[in-house]
Amino acid sequence: MSEIILRTEHLCKNFGGLKATDDVSLEFERGKVHAILGPNGAGKTTLINLLSGELLPSSGRILFKGYDITDARPEKVSRIGIGRSFQKTNILPGFSCLQNCWIGAQSCLITSMRFFRPAKHLRMVHRRADHALQLCGLSNKRNQIAGTMSYGEQRQLEIAMMLATEPELLLLDEPLAGMGTEESQQVTALLKELAKEQTLILIEHDMDAVFSLADRITVMVDGAELETGSVEQIRNSQAVQDAYLGHDEEDAA
Amino acid sequence: MHTVTRPIIIFLCLCLALLLLFPMVGSAFYTGLVTKIMILSIFTISLDLLIGFTGLVSFGHAAFFGIGAYLLAILFGDLEHINYWWSLTLTLSLTGLAALLVGWLCIRTSGIYFIMLTLAFAQMFFYFFFESPRFGGDDGIFMMNKPEITLATRQLVDLDNEHDFYYFVLAWLVGVYLFLSMILRAPFGHVLIAIKANEQRVRALGYSTPHYKLVSFVIAGTIAGLAGFLEAAHTSFITPAYLGWHESGMAIMMVILGGMGTLFGPVIGTFIVVLLQDFLPNFTEHWKLIMGGIIIFVVLFLPNGIAGLIYSISNRFFSRENSGREG
Repeated sequence: MSEIILRTEHLCKNFGGLKATDDVSLEFERGKVHAILGPNGAGKTTLINLLSGELLPSSGRILFKGYDITDARPEKVSRIGIGRSFQKTNILPGFSCLQNCWIGAQSCLITSMRFFRPAKHLRMVHRRADHALQLCGLSNKRNQIAGTMSYGEQRQLEIAMMLATEPELLLLDEPLAGMGTEESQQVTALLKELAKEQTLILIEHDMDAVFSLADRITVMVDGAELETGSVEQIRNSQAVQDAYLGHDEEDAA
Repeated sequence: MHTVTRPIIIFLCLCLALLLLFPMVGSAFYTGLVTKIMILSIFTISLDLLIGFTGLVSFGHAAFFGIGAYLLAILFGDLEHINYWWSLTLTLSLTGLAALLVGWLCIRTSGIYFIMLTLAFAQMFFYFFFESPRFGGDDGIFMMNKPEITLATRQLVDLDNEHDFYYFVLAWLVGVYLFLSMILRAPFGHVLIAIKANEQRVRALGYSTPHYKLVSFVIAGTIAGLAGFLEAAHTSFITPAYLGWHESGMAIMMVILGGMGTLFGPVIGTFIVVLLQDFLPNFTEHWKLIMGGIIIFVVLFLPNGIAGLIYSISNRFFSRENSGREG
């Protein structure tokens, strides 16, 4: 078994009386794609928000490469090498694609509290921003204003901004949300490309994409982990069928 | 985000040339008035760093203008010879410290709460000076002498001379403009501008946004203190009204009218507002009504202020040069 890059121990998050995350203990291996499935309201996004520091857990621990990052805020989490993308497109719409990625790429500086030399002279930042755009197939759109691009391209930019920080671990919150078939295939191809070298934690509704991408799958229901296993294991699990897949197929039929 | 295109640079150089030539043709009264406007411009340009670039709408920015002015008058007002370098350094560092304390508390909030908190702090300072007989109370405070700018016993600028004072303030205005352009082009500025657009995302990309907002607040407060210093040196008379919410509100109006997020827009806005305040009363005693009408017109029809209008004109006439670039 390869190295565990991220581990949660008895992670809980309560919103008032609601247990959005209920005693979740998971292990994520380096170099793997670990997908998290679950019906709406299962607490998937809450889990990502806990991992990325947007929310602080009510109890439990989060360990990244053995270090306790339970109380780390989003900027700290990003700095130590965990990038995240948002379910709801979260870009800088008035800026060009390059400028969007620039902000991510500039985080390679020890600090951006630098007041004198123009930022555009920073070759390293240029290279990182361009590389992120290229990975996401947006090189030819680098000077286009992000808000004027198609929805699918904005979703790609969302991922490019995260890649520009060159993270070790990628948290992707429904990267395919709201996409058409063609766009969705494009992004799936991009994720496959990323999966070759990176560690991904992926929340996704699109079953086909999840089954084609993931190495391991965790199914969540009502904030708690229902089952974790390989793609085959999850496909054939009776509990999962009952809780989630079963309904889904009935709905589809 | 506005990039400063070549036509804009030419326009700004023309404005600078006009300002350089003005004292040679203008009367003493108008030279003094333009000096006052340029001092106010330094103040509004610093507010633009907060409103237009960092997304912090401070409704108490006049506090730092007033603190800068009062510090000079209180600490140095009685002296026969005021050393310019000392008084400036001390005034600016203390104003910066005040901005650090106020900012440290205020940046924890955002939106309407930030506006209310900055307003509350400014009113606190206002009443402090208003009700302290030691510092002149509501009558204000006089300064006997102006700072003396000497280097190795040689006098560089004579601030008692209205022309010298004019060029001295103009040099500061250009200096502040260039300084702010510089930090906005630097990595720091890129982060500020992104914070204004989407703070949550900038945090998620690894920036401790409160620190950046605080540094921006301190820089803006210190520059406002510089404007206050110059105003006190210019008029030799400071009243608590300098710190009032009315001043802060006027400054916001000048920034919006001129075009926020452009640096030069607020300067234009300051010139227009002060000159209108000067000219309109000649025509009618209901000039405030006309003034209000003009402001409503600009906000409704020129959402990016006068600077936005200048940008769209320059883009129309010089579009070939700028194709591919967006303003």
